[in-house]
Amino acid sequence: MLNVNNISLKVGNFELKEINFSVDKGEYFVILGLSGVGKSLLLETIAGLRKPDNGSIFLRGKDISKEKIQNLNISIVYQDAVLFPHKSVYENIAYPLKSRKAKNIKDEVLRCAALTGIEDKLGRKPDTLSGGEIQRAALARSLASGSDIFLLDEPLSSLDSKSAYELRILFRKLNREGITVIHVTHNYEEAVSLASKIGVMESGKLVHIDSPQEILRHPKSEFIAHFIGVKNFLSGVLKTIPENDLKLFITGGIGIFVLTEMEPGEAFLAISPDEISISNKTEESSSRNHFKGKITDIARARLGIDVTIDAGIEFIALISTDSLKELDLEIGKTVWINFKASSCKIYK
Amino acid sequence: MFSTIKNYTPLSLVFTFLGGMLLLFIIAPITGMYFNTTAAGLTESIGDESVRSSIWLSIWTSIGATIIFSFFAIPLAYILARKNFPLKNFVNSIIDIPIIIPHSAAGIAVLGIITRESFLGRAADLIGLRFVGAPAGIMIAMAFVSIPFLINAARDGFAAVPERFEKIALTMGASPSRVFFTISLPLAWRSILSGLILMWGRGMSEFGAVIIVAYNPQTAPVMIFERFTSYGLKYSVPAAALFVTVCLCLFIIFRMVKKKNNA
Repeated sequence: MLNVNNISLKVGNFELKEINFSVDKGEYFVILGLSGVGKSLLLETIAGLRKPDNGSIFLRGKDISKEKIQNLNISIVYQDAVLFPHKSVYENIAYPLKSRKAKNIKDEVLRCAALTGIEDKLGRKPDTLSGGEIQRAALARSLASGSDIFLLDEPLSSLDSKSAYELRILFRKLNREGITVIHVTHNYEEAVSLASKIGVMESGKLVHIDSPQEILRHPKSEFIAHFIGVKNFLSGVLKTIPENDLKLFITGGIGIFVLTEMEPGEAFLAISPDEISISNKTEESSSRNHFKGKITDIARARLGIDVTIDAGIEFIALISTDSLKELDLEIGKTVWINFKASSCKIYK
Repeated sequence: MFSTIKNYTPLSLVFTFLGGMLLLFIIAPITGMYFNTTAAGLTESIGDESVRSSIWLSIWTSIGATIIFSFFAIPLAYILARKNFPLKNFVNSIIDIPIIIPHSAAGIAVLGIITRESFLGRAADLIGLRFVGAPAGIMIAMAFVSIPFLINAARDGFAAVPERFEKIALTMGASPSRVFFTISLPLAWRSILSGLILMWGRGMSEFGAVIIVAYNPQTAPVMIFERFTSYGLKYSVPAAALFVTVCLCLFIIFRMVKKKNNA
């Protein structure tokens, strides 16, 4: 239904870089990323509100750069500035119908309002509605526009948890009824609960597109790794070591020995904090990785203590309170960290 | 009231005193003018056909100038609020020029483009329209000095309308002109109305530019000036008081319309 081919766009100092993805009819595609990574900009580009510097966007098989925005039949719902403030809910929902000179406007407004559960608020002005009601009215207006693809820009961000939950149910319902959705959010749980496909965005780039299950299983970004509790997540290059079953993972100027069958090349490395031990001196053991570093943070974890050590790159080790006392660890102290090559998980 | 004053800090009391002095500075000359006007003098002014016609001329030419020029000013304000283009700051500066130049000089500048020797004057002559010494010229002079008030207010009004509303409307199948008339213009209307009232008020009270373009027919400010120079303060005060009263009444009516519009 939608094919985004290699689009790039520069706005001020910010840049969307070589974005590629496609969305099939009826799919629920969530673009997930932190604030300021370009999610909204990408959404506005898909809606035809901004022209990409390079690349092309095909919607229903047609190049959108050759179509007028008002003929694209694509609907965008923003987090704020949603409803026209000078019009009642009824007038808001009727707006696209009047724009397209539709017949039976009243019937259509009532139908769309009933679908989104806003039929009892039609006479109200937007400033008298709650956040959830505003979003419902905006969705009713999008339905009235006859669009079969909705672009939702952080639609749940400013809502309380109950309203957000109810709206999630409504999004799923609309999606089941055939509406294709592209939903932008920084909320990981929102993405996982709604998406049939997730695109992870970082610094103007879509770095990972996959099913929610795959994204969870093999994170390829620090953002996702952080959410699923992987605290030591590194991206780097994997290299073979001649006549050795170990390989070397190069990242941030240091080399980490790993035991893996993965082919050399760009890769990601994850080490669980409980696999890293701390010592005050170098120790002889089966661990292949020993790095000297300074403690930069000590924080209580759900179970035990998280100690952050800067060894050129930051590692987090999980230790017990007893160990903390016994080793006399404190912020600023220089220590050694040790972990086995086999405890490093490598994936591409 | 006393409890409010009790809550005042020394700084706010000083500010209130200074502000009060300024209000007095505005109110005192106007009320003084009324004290210097006798009922008989005011009645005589109302009965004077030349006073009435000059006040009426000021009213309709200023309203006419405001309406006619708003058709040019509002689109320009929209472009300035929404589009980025080379020399935009320069264009914004040009708009403010009529505010900073002496109004007599503005009148001379306007006269230069509307005399019968000018292109505009010759073109108007072909359809029997005269500017110099005519209401059309008065309207141009009024508009020249007062148009910045409308453009600036309307530009700020359009700029305050979130662009997202217009974007949403476009994706809803509305044409750009429908978006302008149903979204941008209604949402910026408060500021535009303020600008229209300011432009009208400034145009109606204009003297310097108008007297150079048209000594006759006389607008109210020119008529008051003529009475002052020919007969002195005593004879000019009743006419001035009458004109100020009319201005204030119209101003209050327009403000009430604006308030109703805001509600």
